[in-house]
Formats: sequence, structure tokens, C-alpha cells
Amino acid sequence: MQWFNVILQGVLIGGLYAMFAAGLSLIFGVMRLVNIAHGDLIVLAAYVALLVTQGLGVDPLTSLLLVVPIMAAIGYALQRGLLNYTLGDDLLPPLLVTFGLSIIIQNGLLELFTADSRKLQAGAIEIQTFQVAQGIWIGVLPLIQFAVAVAVIAGLQALFYKTALGRAFRATSDDQAVAQLMGLDTRHVFAMAMALSLAIIAIAGVFLAVRTNFDPAIGPARLIFGFEAVIIGGLGNMWGTLAGGVILGVSQAIGAQIDPGWQLLAGHIVFLAILAVRPQGLFPKVSG
Amino acid sequence: MSRVEHATRSSRIGVTLIAAAFVVLALAPFWGERQTLRLLAEVFTFVALASLWNLLAGYAGLVSVGQQAFVGLGGYLLFALVILLDVHPIAAILIAGPIGALVAVPVAALIFRLRGAYFAIGTWVVAEVFRLLASQISVLGGGSGISLPAAVVIAMAPSRQLREFEIYWLALALTAIVLGAIVALLRSRHGLALTAIRDNELAAQSNGIDVTRIKFIVFVLTGFGTAMIGALIFLMKLRISPDTAFSVNDWTAFVIFITVIGGIGRIEGPIIGTIVFFVLRQALADLGSLYLLMMGAVAIVVMLWAPKGLWGLIAERFGWQALPLQRHLVLTPKTEQPGGKP
Repeated sequence: MQWFNVILQGVLIGGLYAMFAAGLSLIFGVMRLVNIAHGDLIVLAAYVALLVTQGLGVDPLTSLLLVVPIMAAIGYALQRGLLNYTLGDDLLPPLLVTFGLSIIIQNGLLELFTADSRKLQAGAIEIQTFQVAQGIWIGVLPLIQFAVAVAVIAGLQALFYKTALGRAFRATSDDQAVAQLMGLDTRHVFAMAMALSLAIIAIAGVFLAVRTNFDPAIGPARLIFGFEAVIIGGLGNMWGTLAGGVILGVSQAIGAQIDPGWQLLAGHIVFLAILAVRPQGLFPKVSG
Repeated sequence: MSRVEHATRSSRIGVTLIAAAFVVLALAPFWGERQTLRLLAEVFTFVALASLWNLLAGYAGLVSVGQQAFVGLGGYLLFALVILLDVHPIAAILIAGPIGALVAVPVAALIFRLRGAYFAIGTWVVAEVFRLLASQISVLGGGSGISLPAAVVIAMAPSRQLREFEIYWLALALTAIVLGAIVALLRSRHGLALTAIRDNELAAQSNGIDVTRIKFIVFVLTGFGTAMIGALIFLMKLRISPDTAFSVNDWTAFVIFITVIGGIGRIEGPIIGTIVFFVLRQALADLGSLYLLMMGAVAIVVMLWAPKGLWGLIAERFGWQALPLQRHLVLTPKTEQPGGKP
């Protein structure tokens, strides 16, 4: 029963990892950009939420109403003002510029907020649990977090295949030049993709900040979790990314149960093992 | 009749200047103070690390953000060999190289499955795994780290001053060897292939270059050099912990900024970059984390507006090369080749 609980907790945290991954996967899909600053932007969102909750006295979940549009606006501006200039055939500029951005965000946050670790207080909901079966308890907040993750993935899927914006994303992803010839402003499409990515980052950042302590230095590890979830699930498959997040979460939970020092290591080892035996990921996108 | 030459007028001047600089630096214990020697040794290690990263990213197109894996590996090998097996520190540094190369083989086999930017994050995961594993080794201090035993350090030389000289010369020699090896590699057949890959990977491949094999060789060689320099760095620091050994800021962020600012894909770039980096660091050391922030901003600006870096600007403006790497045809009159086939 103890192991069942461990696995259940792993599954629920996997939803958070899938949210880290979804934004990363989205922009890679649309513009082949891997955003090294992704994790640091998650932490930035957590600090924005901290300011909003403290400034307005609202609870973290309500703060999303403000944090999501703020982050989306940052994403749009970032893409139009900086990242669009790095795109091209050469791989190096986007990588190095987002790497520089990562260092800038980390040290900027360090200057502004010091290295003290912070946490968002969500009140009573944080400790509420309910019993699903004899000896199995689920926290309300982790469950909400998982449900939100599923909703984010489902929403992205619907947006990609049912809306005009999604069509623009897919068109630019398939062939940027042709999309441009058909009248799409790819600079705007890319900026919208980055805005959407940062909107998801905002949600992930708030849930992260409610769940654990955060400080300016924890970004890179979140980038790595998101990246591992993407690769485990298979590039280009959103539901696969959710599965990847869950696998990562469960591996970490089992590792932590064996020895606390093995929590992160177990996740990385499962990732490397999957890379070794199935480099295309577990559920690669079917071509065509 | 024609032949291929590497040297140009500027490279002859460059080589002469570099040889002169080497002699002056080799004599530094006779003209410099302790602080100067320490600073110079640190500069040398960064020149070596940046040159290795430049070979990897600038020439072979393998953008790694996980080279701290090999710096830390080298550092931990030094401590393991010295503390657990009673190896002399200098011997340990030399052993760290081949072991670094050996470790690079399975690492490459695994992360070469990732393409482009995902390769970069893959290298980072490997470095994280190394860091987490290092913190599990309790005989080497686990998560909190360990110092090099004083007896070992004292036994290195009869006096403290001589020991410092010894480490300084070691840093200079290792860096010169790393740079020499990179120049030799770039002047060889493989170097021509590498330069072709740098300029256009697809074209290189269609000319019959086995791109994957060359990249693999470069990754393993870089693992060799980086582990050796890592061991040297932690012999200078005398203390190691997982967080310092596998620090992404110290061994990757700085190294990338140095290379980008100096000029990526050119052998002179990392040297120029390191000088700029240390001048800025000496000038702005009081700024703390703001300093790192500014380095990041400068690197972004350079990447966007001068992607070939400072040396790239100079080289293109004046057609200079400090080291004889370019190949150009020299035509010689036929009469000088009696009986020679055209």
C-alpha cells in the first residue's frame, strides 16, 4: 500500500513536469528553438506570482488571472524584440542567446529577491486531503494540479488542430517559407507561440511555487525535467509528453522512497535508459 | 606546380609573438608576485577550457552546455587517485586525461542520439548525473566535499614557493599542450574536415566526410583535455565539492561567454575572450551577481551583432591570422621543378 501511495504521488507530480515540458515542446515544434531559459522563466513566473499575491492579497490560484497575461506579454515581447533575430539555419545563436538569457534572469532575480527561498501560501487547501480507498490518501492541491495539467495538454491539442492560430502554428512548423508566401506573418506567429509557451510557464510556475520552496537558482533543474519528459514521451506528441512527465515523476518518487539521495538520480537514469533503448521516445509522433 | 601552405605574413608575426609571450610567461616566477602567478594560472586554465569548448562547438558543431561533467570528473579523479591510491598529484592529472576520454565514449554513444539543441540539454543531464553520483561517494566527502590532505600537498615540493612555481609551470605547460594539440589537429586531414563541417555540415558530408565519426573523435578528445584541465584546476583549489566541481556557471557559462565574445570557430577567439573576461572581472569584481548579468548581456549583444566575435571582426577587417591554420595555394614556376610532373 505504501508503494501504491508513492506511485500515486509520482503520477500527480508528473502532471507538473508535463506542464514544464508542454511549453518547451510547443516552441520547439513551431520554430525549432530550444529555450535554455525555459526553467528560469518558470522561476520568474513564480516570483511574479509572489509579487501579485503579496501586493493584492489574493491566493495563488486567483493570481493566475494576472500572472498568465503578464508572462504571455513578456513572451510576446521577448520573441519579437530578441529571439526572432536569432532564428535561422544556424543552431548556435538561439542556443547561446537563450543561455545568456538564463544567466541574466537568474542573476537578476538574485539581485532583486536575494537567494532566500520563498514559497507561495495557498492556505487551507494546501493540506486538504481525501481518502480514495483504505490507506490511500490524495491531496486536493496535487489533484487540482494534475487536472490542470491534463486540461493544458488537451487545450493545446485542441488549439493546434481546431483553431486558425493552431493552423498557423502547424503551417509555419511544416514550412516557414511557404507559410510566409501564403500571407502568414511568421514573426507574429512565432511571438504568439512564445506567448502561449510563457502562459503555460506561468501556470507551471505558480503550481511549483505552491508545492515547494523556490529560489533564483532552481530554474535549470526545471528545464531538465521538462526536457526529459519531452524526450521520454517522444518529440511532437503532447499526450506522450504527459506520459513522459508521469514516468519521470514516478521514477523520482520510487527513487526517493529507496534513498532520498536517489530521487533526482533515478529520474535521470530512467531518462538515459529510455534514450539508450528507444531514442525516438516511447510515443513518437506518427509521421504524416 | 603548386603546393599548399599554412603560414601567412601575419601568422609568422603571430607565432613569433606567441613564442615570445610563452617565454615571458614561463619566466613569470622570476618577475611576478604570488598573486600574479595565481591569476595567470587561472587565466591559463580558462584559455584551455575555452579552446576545448571552441573545438567542440565552434568547429564540430557540438554545442555542449555540460562540459562541467568532465571538469568535475577530472577534479574528482585527482582526489580519488591521490587520496585513495596514493598517486602523485601530477601523475594523477596525467591519468585523468585518458580516463576522461574513456568516460566520453559511452557518454557520446548515448547523447549523440539527440540532435542539435536537444544535444546541448542532454550534455547537461549527463553533468547532473555526474554531480549527483559524486555526492554519493562518501569516501570523497559526499555532498559536502573534501580537501586535499596537507601531507600530500607539502610533499609536492621542498618549499611553499617552489610548490607554487611547480603548479604555475604545470598550468602553463598543460595549456600550451592543449593549444598545441588543437592547432596540430586543425592542421591535419581531420582539421580540414572539421573546418569543412564548421562552414557547412551538409556540404562536408556530401564531399565524403564521415561527419559523425569526426564529431565522435572530437568529443572524446575534448573529454581527454577537459578532464586533465579539471584535475589541474582542483589541484590549484585544493578543495572539491560536487557543487563547485560540476558548476555550470564556472565551467560552462563563463567558458561559453569567453568563446563567444572572443570569436567562436577561430583558434584565437578563446585567447582574446579570456583576456577580455579577466580584464572585465578585475574591473567589475565588486558588482557580484550583476557582473554575471552583464556578461550574459554582452554575450547576447555580441552573438546578435558580431557573431564572429572580437577576433572575427579583426581577422575579417585586416585578413589576419595569428596561427598558421588557413590553407592557400602557392604557385611556383615550372622551371624550378626539373623533370617534375605538373
